[in-house]
Amino acid sequence: MDVNTTYDVIVIGGGPAGIAAAIEAYNENQGKVLVIERNDSLGGILPQCIHNGFGAINFGNDLPGPEYAHRYEMQLNELPVDVMLDTMVVDMTPELDIYTMSSEYGYQHFKPRAVVLAMGCRERTRAQIRLPGTRAAGIYTAGTAQRLVNIEGYMPGREIVVLGSGDIGMIMARRLTIEGAQVLGVMELLPFLTGLRRNYVQCLQDYNIPLHLSTTVSKIYGERRVEGIETVKVDEDLNHVPGTEEFIKCDTLVLSVGLIPENELSRKAGVQLDVRTNGPIVDSDMATNVPGIFAAGNVTAIYDLVDYVSKAGEVAGRSAARFARAQQAESHEGSRVVRLKPGANVGSIIPQQIYIDDLGDRDVYLSMRPNALLERMVKVELDDGGEEVMSFREQYARPAEMIIRKLKARDIEKLRASHGAELVANIS
Amino acid sequence: MNQKSYDVVIIGAGIVGSMVARELSKYQLSVAVLEKEADVGMGQSTSNSAIIHSGHDPEPGTMKARMNVRGNELWYQIAPELDIPLVNTGALIVAVGAEEQAGLQPLLERGRENGVKGLEILTREQVLEMEPHLSPDVTGALSTPTAGVVDAFQGVLGAAENAATNGVEFILNAEVRGAVVEDGVLKAVETTQGRVAATWFINAAGVHSDEILHMAGDRPEFEITARRGEYFVFDDSKFRVNNVLFPMPSEKGKGILVTTTTHGNTMVGPNSDSISDKEDHAVTEHGMHEILHGATKLVPSVSPRDVIATFAGLRATGNYKPGGHGKDFLIEVSSAVRGLINLAGVESPGFASSPAIAEYVAELLKGEGVTLTEKADWTATRRRIPRFKEMDHVQRAAIIERNPAYGRIVCRCEEVTEGEILQAIHSPIPATTYDAIKRRTWLGTGRCQGSFDYPRTMEILARELGMSMTEITKKGPGSVFLYRQTKEEVV
Repeated sequence: MDVNTTYDVIVIGGGPAGIAAAIEAYNENQGKVLVIERNDSLGGILPQCIHNGFGAINFGNDLPGPEYAHRYEMQLNELPVDVMLDTMVVDMTPELDIYTMSSEYGYQHFKPRAVVLAMGCRERTRAQIRLPGTRAAGIYTAGTAQRLVNIEGYMPGREIVVLGSGDIGMIMARRLTIEGAQVLGVMELLPFLTGLRRNYVQCLQDYNIPLHLSTTVSKIYGERRVEGIETVKVDEDLNHVPGTEEFIKCDTLVLSVGLIPENELSRKAGVQLDVRTNGPIVDSDMATNVPGIFAAGNVTAIYDLVDYVSKAGEVAGRSAARFARAQQAESHEGSRVVRLKPGANVGSIIPQQIYIDDLGDRDVYLSMRPNALLERMVKVELDDGGEEVMSFREQYARPAEMIIRKLKARDIEKLRASHGAELVANIS
Repeated sequence: MNQKSYDVVIIGAGIVGSMVARELSKYQLSVAVLEKEADVGMGQSTSNSAIIHSGHDPEPGTMKARMNVRGNELWYQIAPELDIPLVNTGALIVAVGAEEQAGLQPLLERGRENGVKGLEILTREQVLEMEPHLSPDVTGALSTPTAGVVDAFQGVLGAAENAATNGVEFILNAEVRGAVVEDGVLKAVETTQGRVAATWFINAAGVHSDEILHMAGDRPEFEITARRGEYFVFDDSKFRVNNVLFPMPSEKGKGILVTTTTHGNTMVGPNSDSISDKEDHAVTEHGMHEILHGATKLVPSVSPRDVIATFAGLRATGNYKPGGHGKDFLIEVSSAVRGLINLAGVESPGFASSPAIAEYVAELLKGEGVTLTEKADWTATRRRIPRFKEMDHVQRAAIIERNPAYGRIVCRCEEVTEGEILQAIHSPIPATTYDAIKRRTWLGTGRCQGSFDYPRTMEILARELGMSMTEITKKGPGSVFLYRQTKEEVV
C-alpha cells in the first residue's frame, strides 16, 4: 500500500471543531490540509440539530444547527482544503500513520506532518448507567431518536418517557411532542437540571412536559417492545427510596444521560487521557502528549456551546499548522510549564497545562466544568499554593454550563508573575 | 392449512437443537427444525457464560458429567470445521482462604472420576503469575486446562447454517402449540405455522421443554424452573484474564465467574435467581449488585464504570433426579409416547455437552431401528462471514477493492461494514431482524450499543428485504422500532 505523505495537516472529523481547525490550519500556513469525515456530509451532529441556539458568540445570531454548520462549510469551501466524506479512520499510530476506509476511495494510508483530533463525542447508553430491565425495542439514546425524527423522518415512539435532563433530552421531548407523540415526563436523577436553563423553559415548560427531579427509572418492562417503566425517587446519596416506585405505561424510553468524548483513535495513537474529562490532556495550544497530535472540541471535553467548540478548533488548527511548518514540536525551552488542576467546585479544566512564557498573542481559553450548583455571584480563581494568582466573577456556577474565560493580556501577566508549577482552579 | 411431513422434526433451534440438526444432516433423512423465535439461538444458548466447561463439576455418573466430558472433546474438533471461534484458555477454580483451599482436592478427584484430563492444583504463586489481576487473597486453584471460551452466537449459527446447507429445513416463527397423539404415537405437532408431522420428534425446547413433554402426555411430574443469571460485559480496552476464573462452587452452581470472551471483552456473572416467567430476561438492580460483589472477590479491580452491556439468560433447570443423583439432564426416548426423544432440562453445562448430546441422539435413533445411511455429499465445513475488524491492512485494502460495500462502516465501535451486513441478510439462515444481524456480525455490541448503527441497519434491512422502515423489528413480531413517518397524518 502506498503512503500518502503530501498533507501538512489532517483533521479527523468534519464537525464544528474539525471545520474550524481546517480553516485555521490553512489560514496559518497555506499548506495542504485534509478533512476526513465519516458521514456523507460535513457538520458532525449539527445537521440533525434543527433547533436554534447556535452561533450567538461567533455570528452574533441565534441560528439553527444546520445553518451554523453551513456557514462554516461555506468558509471552508472558499479554501483549497481537501475533504473526504463517507470515510472513516480505522487506525492511527503515534508516528501519525493514519489508515482510512471508504467505498469510494478504498483503503488508504496517510502520514501527515500534524493531526487534529476532532472526533467529537458519543452518548452514554443504558448499560453505562446499568439500567435494569429487559432489552426490548423502544429504548433510544436522545441523539439516535433525534436522527430518526429529523433526518430519517420516522417516529420512534408514541408514548414516551425521557430519562435525563440533558439538553438533547429536553430538546427531543419538545421535538417528539411537536411531531405528535405524547411525552409523559422527563426524569432527572440529580436534584437539579443537567441541561441549560433556557432549554427547560423553551422545551419543557412551554409544552407542559413535567420534569421530575431526584427521580430515576428503576426498571424497563416488555420483552419485545417497551411496555412501561418503573420510576423511583432517590435520596441525597442517589439511593432509591423504597415505596416511591411508580409504574408508567409507555412504549419508548429516550435516554439523555450524558456524553463521552470519542477517544478510541486517540488511545491507539498513544495520546494520554484525563480521567476527569475522558479526553486528551492538552496544553494551551491544544497539543497532546504525542508530538504532532492536537485535539479540539468535544473530543477533549464535553462543551455546551458549539461556538466554543469552533474556537477550540481554531486554536488546534493553527497549532497543528505551526507544527507542520516547523517539522517538529515547538520548543518550549525556557518557558515555564504550569499545570492546571481542578479545585473546589470544579470538576475538570482544559487546558491541563500551559507554557506560560510562550503564550504571546495566541488565544487561550480556560474551560471549567463546575461540579456544584451555586445560584449566586461566584468568584473563579486560580490559586498558587493557596494564594490567588488571578480571578474573575461569574453570575452563577452550574454543572450544566461550562465556565469559559478567554485569557486577557492582564491575566497572562498575572500568570507569569506566579511562581508555582501548579495552579488550582476554585469556584467560591 | 397444508401439512408438512418429515422423518425427524427438532423442536428448538438453540445449541442442542442445532447440533442435533447438524448431526442428523449427515444421514439420508428429511429433517426440519421448528423455532418459535425469528432467528436461531435466541434463548439460553446465547445468553450464558460462553464456556466449554472441562467437565470437572458435574456429579460423577450423571448424564451431565458424561455429556460434558465427551462434548468438550468434540468441540475442539467441530469448532474448526464450522469456523466457530473457540479458544482453549483453560479455567481456574480459585480458592480464597483455608476452607476453600481444602475443597480443591475433592474437586480434583471428582474431575478425575469424570475422566477430565490435565487436572492439577496450583499454588498461590503459580496462580498469581498466570492471572495478575486476581485478588492477592487467593490461596490456590484447581487448573482445568481443557476448558475454553467460545463465541456462543457463532456456535449456534455454525451448527445451524451447516445443517441448513446440508438440507435441514429451518422453520422460524413456528411455535409449537399442541401435539397430535394417536394410539400412543406422537404423529404431529400444531404450530403457529400449521401442522407438522414426523416419525420422530426431538424435544430440544430449552426452558419450554417441559411444556412440550406435557403436550405429548409424557412425565407430568417433570417441571422446569427458569433460573435467571445476569451478566456485565466490559469495554474491550479494559483488563483481560487468561483463564476462565471460577470461585469455588456452591449448591447454587458454579458461581460468579470472570472470563474474557473470544471478542476480547471481559465479562462477569452469573448470579442465580429462580423466576416464574420463562421469558423474563430483565436485568435487576439487586442482581447487578450481586454479580459485581461476586466478581470483586476474585478480581478486586472490576469497576462498574467500564460496563458496556448487561444481559440476563435463563437456565432450564429441570427436576429430574435419576438414581439417587442430583438434578440431571433428562435425555431419553420417551416411554410414554412413541416417536419422541426428550432433551429436556439441559442447563449448564449444556453448551459444552451439545455435540455429545447430538451424537447420542443418533445412537438412540439407531437403537430405535431408524436406518442411518450417510449422505455421499455431506459437507462438514462452514465458513463465517469474514470480519473486517479481524483483518490486517493488506486484507482490508483487498476486500474493499473487491467489494466496495466493505468500505462502508455501519457500526463504528465494532467496525462492522455494510458488506458484512449484506452477507448476513443473504446467508443460509437469513438474518431478517436487527438482533439477527447483531448476532451474525457483532454489530451494536460495543461502547455505543447500537446508538450509531440503528438507523443505518434499519435502512439496509428495509432495502434488502423490500420492507418499509416501520416493518423492521428488533427480534421478530411485536418488536418494531418505528411507528410511522413524521409527516404521515396521525390517526
